[in-house]
Formats: sequence, C-alpha cells, structure tokens
Amino acid sequence: MAAIQFSEEKLNKVKEIVARYPEGKQKSALIPVLHLAQEEFDGWLSSDTMDYVASLLQLKPIEVYEVATFYSMFNLKPVGKFLFEVCQTGPCMVSGSDQIIDYIKNKLGIGVGETTPDGMFTLKTVECLGACGYAPMMQLGKHFREHLTPARVDEIIAECRAKAN
Amino acid sequence: MGRKLLLEKAHIEGIRYYDTYRSNGGYAAAEKALKSMGPEGVLEEVKKSGLRGRGGAGFPTGMKWSFIAKPEGVPRYLVCNADESEPGTFKDRYLMEFIPHLLIEGLLISSFTLGANAAYIYIRGEYAWIPDILEQAIAEAKNKGWLGKNILGTGFDLEIYVQRGAGAYICGEETALLESLEGKRGNPRIKPPFPAVKGLWGCPTVVNNVETLAAVVPIVNIGGDEYIKYGIGKSTGTKLISACGNINKPGVYEIEMNISVEEFIYSDEYCGGIKNGKRLKACIPGGSSVPVLPANLLLKTAKGETRMMTYESLNDGGFATGSMLGSGGFIVMDEDQCIVRNTLTFARFYHHESCGQCSPCREGTGWMKKVLHNIEYGKGKMSDIDLLWDIQRKIEGNTICPLGDAAAWPVAAAIRHFRDEFEWHVKNPDEALTRNFGLAHYADPIPVPEPAATV
Repeated sequence: MAAIQFSEEKLNKVKEIVARYPEGKQKSALIPVLHLAQEEFDGWLSSDTMDYVASLLQLKPIEVYEVATFYSMFNLKPVGKFLFEVCQTGPCMVSGSDQIIDYIKNKLGIGVGETTPDGMFTLKTVECLGACGYAPMMQLGKHFREHLTPARVDEIIAECRAKAN
Repeated sequence: MGRKLLLEKAHIEGIRYYDTYRSNGGYAAAEKALKSMGPEGVLEEVKKSGLRGRGGAGFPTGMKWSFIAKPEGVPRYLVCNADESEPGTFKDRYLMEFIPHLLIEGLLISSFTLGANAAYIYIRGEYAWIPDILEQAIAEAKNKGWLGKNILGTGFDLEIYVQRGAGAYICGEETALLESLEGKRGNPRIKPPFPAVKGLWGCPTVVNNVETLAAVVPIVNIGGDEYIKYGIGKSTGTKLISACGNINKPGVYEIEMNISVEEFIYSDEYCGGIKNGKRLKACIPGGSSVPVLPANLLLKTAKGETRMMTYESLNDGGFATGSMLGSGGFIVMDEDQCIVRNTLTFARFYHHESCGQCSPCREGTGWMKKVLHNIEYGKGKMSDIDLLWDIQRKIEGNTICPLGDAAAWPVAAAIRHFRDEFEWHVKNPDEALTRNFGLAHYADPIPVPEPAATV
C-alpha cells in the first residue's frame, strides 16, 4: 500500500481550513480534515491515516482516535465502494423503512453492517438524517436518496453498478 | 393564506443566488441595521419582537444576546447551530438549501449586534452538499462587500465560516457543539459558565439556531412591534414546521403562530389530512423528544379548548395532558402505527446518540431500548412497563445536558397515554408480532369536567 499522503491540492485545502481559526487553534480543523482524509483514502480511516492527520495538525494520535471513534460518519473499517446508509428512526419507520431495509438485504444478499463479496456495496442503518418528510431515505455519498421504494432501490443499485464499470 | 416572513420569497427562481436575493429586497435589513440602527437599536427591536429560540428550547433571543460578556480585548463569537438532528426536524435544511442568503444576512446583523468579527455555521455532517451552497453564498456576499473588512464603511469586520460535523445528535446541544467545533468529542460542558461568558475557545459566544438568525432579518425590516402581530401572546412571529409521517403533504411549512393544530393537519394549505383516508392516532408535535399525544388530546386540550400551534397551547396541561412546540418537528401517526415500535426506535436513537458521560443516560437509554425491544417482540412482562417508567424517572433531571430528559420524555408519554397498547403487547405476544393494536380508543372524545360554579 502506498504511503498515506495528501496531494498538493489537498494540503492547500488543509491550510485553508486551519486559517479559519485563530492562531494555535488548529485542533478545530480536525473534523474537517478527517472528512477530507476519509474521502481521499478509500472511504475509511485506518490508524495510519489517523496518525497522518495527527502529524499534519500537530496533535497527539490519541486526540485524533478519540474524535474519530466518537462520530458515526467516520468509518473505522473498510467499506464497499458504495455505502448505503438507510435511516430507521421513527419518522422513516412509520413511512416504511423496515421494508426498504429488508428489501436491500435480500437484493444484495447481505446483512446490516456487511459488504458484498465483490466489495461493491455496504449496508448500514443509521439514525435520523433530517429527511423525515421525504421518507424512507438513505444517504449515498454526499447526497440523500429520498422517497425510496423497491423500484427506486433497484434503480440506485443499477446506477452504482454502471458507475463502477 | 397565512402570512410568511421567512419563506415568502423562497420559491422565486434563482433566490439561492445573490443577485436575485438582492433584487428582491435582500440585504435591505443589513443595510438598515449597520447604517442607521446600530447594535443597541437592533437589540432593542429583537427584544421587542419577543423572538424565541427556534431550535427547540424557546428561550428569548434578545435576552440571550444581552447576557454576552464584553471583556476588553477578548474576541466574541457567534455560532450558528445548523446541527439539526432532532428526529422529525428538517426545516433548517430547507432554509439553507433554498434561501441561504437569508441566513447569511441574519448572521451579519446578529454578529454586528453582538460585536462578533467571526461567525461559524456548524452544520451536521450528513447535510454534506449544503456547505457548498452556503460557501457560495458567503463568497457572493463577500464579493459584494457584505462581509470582510469595513463593511459598508462602518468599520465593522466579519468573516463567516462553515464547519461540518460528523454524525452526532448531541452536537446540537450548544456546549457539545462548541467542543466539537474545537476539534473534540461532543461531550456537553457543565453550566455555568454559560457560553455567553466562556464559549468557543473560552471566549464569550452566542449560539443560535438557523431559523432564529434568519428571523432577525424580517424583525429588522418590519420592526419588533409589527413582528408581534404575527402570532398569539408570547408565541410571536412565524415558525417553520417540518411535517412528516402519515400525511398527504409532508414538507416544510411556515405558519403564523395563530392557527389550530386541526387546521394544520387537515387543511390543504398545510398537511392536507391523513394519508390514504386513514384516521389520526397520535402525533409528536415538536420533534422526537417531546411527549407524544393521542388524537383526542392533540386537537383539544384536557379543558376542551382548541389546541393551537403555539408554545403555550401545545404545552397546555403540562406533560400530564400536553406536549411542546419544540423544534417544530411534527410527526403524524395514523391508525395503523404501533406506539411501542415507534417508542423503541426513539429509545434506540437516544441510546445511539448518548455521549456516554453521565451514567443515567448512557446506561438508562440502553436499558429502555432492551426492555422496549422485549415488549415489541412479544417477550415482555407486565412488570416491564413499570420498570420502563422507573428507568425514565431516574434519567430525567440527572444528567449534565438535556439529552437525558429528551430520552426520558418520549418513553414517559408513551406509557402515560398508551399504557393499554403496552399491556396488549404483553398479553398477546403472538399477535403483537403480526398486527397492531390499532386506533383503539385514542381518538374518542375526552369527557371535559364541568367548570365549578362560581360564587
């Protein structure tokens, strides 16, 4: 595996983020930089990645670990190329999210928290994402997919497969 | 048609961008505030307006602002709470997505009033596409001289930054938010000291919700005296309500706080009635934390009065027979919904989101989840219902931050109003897995006690 290292462009982005805070408060950049690192390094944070972020921001590695383990958006294990994060909280539940989760499980042949053998899809259930009026829904990358139905799920899966090819 | 103050222009094509926003009267309030009113003048109007925090707590904004400490040589900060994570709530998202300059203008006026030269918008990490929209709006505003150095020649400087969270409901609590903004775990701080004295990086800080800051714009435009004409009593102005669940027209609505709950649910202007012609069973009117009410207590108070969409009316009867307006996350459940299952999803939510600092919350939310799971899946005992009651009592009031209360209240209210449904699950474990208790008696009129004769 190649050494963990941001591109010049990303390093400039880190500088730009650090400049948002007063002198000496670069720790505030930690969460934004972890997002950047997760996007850059395969969608998850390995301990090497976290150590790299620590050195970039002049923090102790433990300061990074304790933050990375607190927030649910940081993946501490490898995930598939496409991560389906399906909401299961009350408002989505009353609108049929249980059935959508079951449908995805059957369709992909995996359980919650699992990845398909080809490394393509990971299914996660998440708690309220703030799309209650457009339920059931899931997060896929940067965007929300709302008003889910089995047919809509089929389309999304096909779309992902097409994108991967 | 109800009058609107925030979303009146949200549907104008291109309102997301500066030129359209500006040509439709945008930044007129900022100009008025900076050039002619001054910080004291704005504070006075906000106090007069009776504006209350729109994030859920409903604390008077003018009073919150007046608490900010002003020690010599110490910077002050304004932080916009865009962490919107309360189940049922998606109003701030709408506002930021469709009319971002309203928030930027509100931040500008509010920072000017507080004497803050830097403001941070802390937005929940999952709204991953919205920072781009906000940053574009900020860049446009800066380009036109509304941000940066010496704004409008007044000598006032301001920079606005957007910071993404990373998935933690607790960061909607203001001190947890500040911890997160400092690059730490979102563990709430013990208060006092309050953020107004020691907030971000130990400096005086005000944390306000997105909608609260946006509401400052119309208040400056029309004046506090005019603003209080929208609404009733201490529920002044308009409120964004995000309506979801089993209704015909889910979405974000701006209401004047002078309409009834019944009108909100059934009129075509708002929710358009219950979906599929079903009957209303229950509703959580202000986000998952507030007490769930059965249909019969939702539309009328225990005294038989019409329940209104105001802070006071929704709270009428306290927690015994009332609820709260909260964040405006309005969750409607039809006759097919199971209260036990819904309560279970909330208990699971709060268990997942507890930061783990305080034992009653960390442990109690987990116990509630397990007990509710047993009842829902036909493995419950009658004594479990009392056990649940006991656990929630021991969480409420015994934690550093209000997440403990927020976790306890939905469970308490579900048992208080829907005990029959819990008992039915225990007595009919097999049926509980295959069908629901249904509407039962939850929409039946409640006998209103005759008022005592006055002498």
